[in-house]
Amino acid sequence: MPKGNPNGSDAGTVVSAVLARHGADGTRLMQILREIQEETEWLSPDILTRVAEGTRLPRGQVEGVAGFYHFFHTEPLGRYRVLWSDNITDRMAGNADLMARMCKKLWLKPGRVSEDGLVSVDTTSCTGLCDQGPALLVNYRPITRMTAQRVDQIVELIRHKTPLAEWPAEFFKVEDNIRRKDALLGADFAPGDALKALKSPQEVLDSVKESGLRGRGGAGFSTGQKWDFCRAAVGTGPHAAHYVVCNADEGEPGTFKDRVLLASYAGLVFEGMTVSGYVIGARKGIVYLRGEYRYLLEPLNAVLEKRRAAKLLGKSILGRTGFDFDIEVHLGAGAYVCGEETALLESLEGKRGVPRKRPPFPVTAGYLGQPTAVNNVETLASAALIAAKGAAWYKSIGTPKSAGTKILSISGDCERPGIYEYPYGVKVSQVLADCGARDTQACQIAGASGLCVAPNEFGRRIAFEDIPTGGSFMIFDNTRDMFQVARNFAHFFVHESCGFCTPCRVGTTLLANAMDKIDEGHGGEYDINDIWRVIRTLKTASHCGLGQTAGNAVADTLQKFRPSYELRLNVRDFEPAFDLDKALSKMREVTGRDDPGAHFHIAHRKSRAGLGTKAGDPS
Amino acid sequence: MSDPKTFFLDEEEIPFEEGQTIIQAALTAGKYIPHLCYHPEFKPHGSCKLCTVRIDSRTVTTEDGQSVKIPGRAAASCTTPAQAGQHVESEVPEILDLRRTLVQMLLVEGNHYCPSCEKSGKCLLQGLAYDLGVMDPHFPQYFSKREVDASHPDILLDLNRCILCELCVRASAEVDKKNVFAISGRGNTKHLICNSESGELGDTNLAATDKAANVCPVGVILHKRHGFEVPYGQRRFDKAPISDNPVQYAPVKEQV
Ligand code: SF4
Ligand code: SF4
Ligand code: FES
Repeated sequence: MPKGNPNGSDAGTVVSAVLARHGADGTRLMQILREIQEETEWLSPDILTRVAEGTRLPRGQVEGVAGFYHFFHTEPLGRYRVLWSDNITDRMAGNADLMARMCKKLWLKPGRVSEDGLVSVDTTSCTGLCDQGPALLVNYRPITRMTAQRVDQIVELIRHKTPLAEWPAEFFKVEDNIRRKDALLGADFAPGDALKALKSPQEVLDSVKESGLRGRGGAGFSTGQKWDFCRAAVGTGPHAAHYVVCNADEGEPGTFKDRVLLASYAGLVFEGMTVSGYVIGARKGIVYLRGEYRYLLEPLNAVLEKRRAAKLLGKSILGRTGFDFDIEVHLGAGAYVCGEETALLESLEGKRGVPRKRPPFPVTAGYLGQPTAVNNVETLASAALIAAKGAAWYKSIGTPKSAGTKILSISGDCERPGIYEYPYGVKVSQVLADCGARDTQACQIAGASGLCVAPNEFGRRIAFEDIPTGGSFMIFDNTRDMFQVARNFAHFFVHESCGFCTPCRVGTTLLANAMDKIDEGHGGEYDINDIWRVIRTLKTASHCGLGQTAGNAVADTLQKFRPSYELRLNVRDFEPAFDLDKALSKMREVTGRDDPGAHFHIAHRKSRAGLGTKAGDPS
Repeated sequence: MSDPKTFFLDEEEIPFEEGQTIIQAALTAGKYIPHLCYHPEFKPHGSCKLCTVRIDSRTVTTEDGQSVKIPGRAAASCTTPAQAGQHVESEVPEILDLRRTLVQMLLVEGNHYCPSCEKSGKCLLQGLAYDLGVMDPHFPQYFSKREVDASHPDILLDLNRCILCELCVRASAEVDKKNVFAISGRGNTKHLICNSESGELGDTNLAATDKAANVCPVGVILHKRHGFEVPYGQRRFDKAPISDNPVQYAPVKEQV
């Protein structure tokens, strides 16, 4: 039986109840493990065995799934599990000092569980709260705008073992921060508007094609094309079916527009899914919601209930016989790679989130091997508008190759971070002016895997034909150290690589290690050459987009912000990462010597003027 | 259609049957493409990336008369279907260099003390390294902490050398139908696990005769009491390089 079970209920009872709820269906393993863990706090070896027996999956497979996701725990963790969001924007807002303060007050080391099993404190990848950071998750519920005072309050609440439900409500307040609305966020749209306007599936498909809508996840594939392929594909086997999947695994550092769409525009998103289901002939839609947005699950289910009651979901939608469609929300458990559509499908099927090989593509063999249309949250919301208001209206917005609007998640050095919706074609400089950015040194567009643009490129445009983006827009002013930005992203990919293929699994680690070596003043030209070699290998040989783009931020900053590297480079060609002086420190302690003769010279080089620290490096 | 289909591998015409991947067609034709996670008897995996090739590069002439090469897409040849007329580059400097880097990556990720390893001379990773002219691991060694599991009566598991090719995982699932091995962790914490609550191999139903116990390309899954039976100098790759006989050395059967 697991330790620290808050309800005192027997693990076996919890497992049986959860298994029963899911019909012991192994493809629902992710939900099964999550629901069990919500009661037992961690997944003990015994629980894994029981789940394996119940679902008739090999035990190793169940353990492998539990071991893949950041939010599943196969070791006991504290009753309060604090995870500090560690995106570069959180660092810029001072998360490192605040986390250190929290650890100190709790007598805790990061990543460790307190002696009494009460609490653990660690970091996690971007939580999608960059406009109101520094943020953290306590037992997967977000707390925003952390301050020293808030840290102290939380420490007290934890010490007194106050249940989360009794913590001050304002801690958990997540703002929308919508600063600029356009065609989508500003649309006047009542639930059902798109469904009432539906003509034949073919006509709707034609109009989506005609509108020029392209996927908003970043890749920009034509949505109409995708639906067309999917509609034309035939399901196989006794469970032949088509599926609509909404990719709400918004993990790209600096992106949070899907969070806002789901919090305040869920109806529009669900309606878009329903339109998609109508076109491709699906009866079921699934929202894959990232684990970080767990707190949205109940509100989303409430919206679904309302829509069922209004006959916008379920059997014979709006009285049309044969138009049956319903939606279910699946929760992820902390794995950025699941934003990759085939990894997402694996995860939906209850497996490790490892990207599939292609072909086959999801449109022909997706969820459970059946034709599946996977679309981004924003794409589906746009599709609903197109169904309601027509292709011509939509096409008139944006540029010839990029129809419609794009929602940007803006964070970093500006006066008004938040959500901004623009017609495609907007210049970077315009965006910067609107959000009150000053002395901007660089913008990282499209997240850690995206593009880092310098001031001479601020005339470029947000559009598929120039700078495509899923929506992340992080701003760095002149006081920031772009080397640290790139180093933060390099570490991000170490945490988030799925580990399937050699170049990514090893390459991301080598890259981050090389950046650390340079950071510590041990790097030289030799290391820069190695970095290029690793980046080339990542790009050429990686299995999926994660690995292929994992070196982008380092490559961009090396090219455009070379001085921030130069500053740290050693004059010599090669220097080992091993620190001889540090190795002697124990002996100095033992012998009581600290004269120059007891030192190697390396240590004296370590403190150099000018190494910017404002980017908030904890080390 | 009955006409034989062909594609080009380093400008040499290679016949193939519909449904074959590039590596399958190449090996059948006696052409070696390096590989570690590919095995003719299991479903292709595409994880080691040693078999990466470039497909359909083009040379274009610019306005001022210069020829510029536009590189084609890189892909794992073990998972990419062969297509008629395709031009595949394999033994070209860029790709060979990439493969060297990948071998070096695997060498630093695990602990490969070849001189003391029972697999030396018949290890695919080592054989490949020699064949590609990899002289050193180049990158800083990880010195990973990895376990040795001696709990099974007949089989020793030395995870220090695991390259995560998942051949044993697939052999156990697809051929033995036992699922003795699985993968847990992710990224650089990815590791091999055994299908038992204790995590020990001795608590699984692995038999020494299982496919999974005989498929490991490196020195992880070793048979007890059979160490060093063939002396160094007389082992598989001591006699001829790995690329010498592609079909024989495709890991069809474990042979000493
Ligand atoms: S590139 Fe990285 S994330 Fe993608 S499959 Fe390979 S290891 Fe996994
Ligand atoms: S034990 Fe051997 S066969 Fe199994 S994954 Fe490791 S290297 Fe591959
Ligand atoms: S042999 Fe093709 S990726 Fe390993």
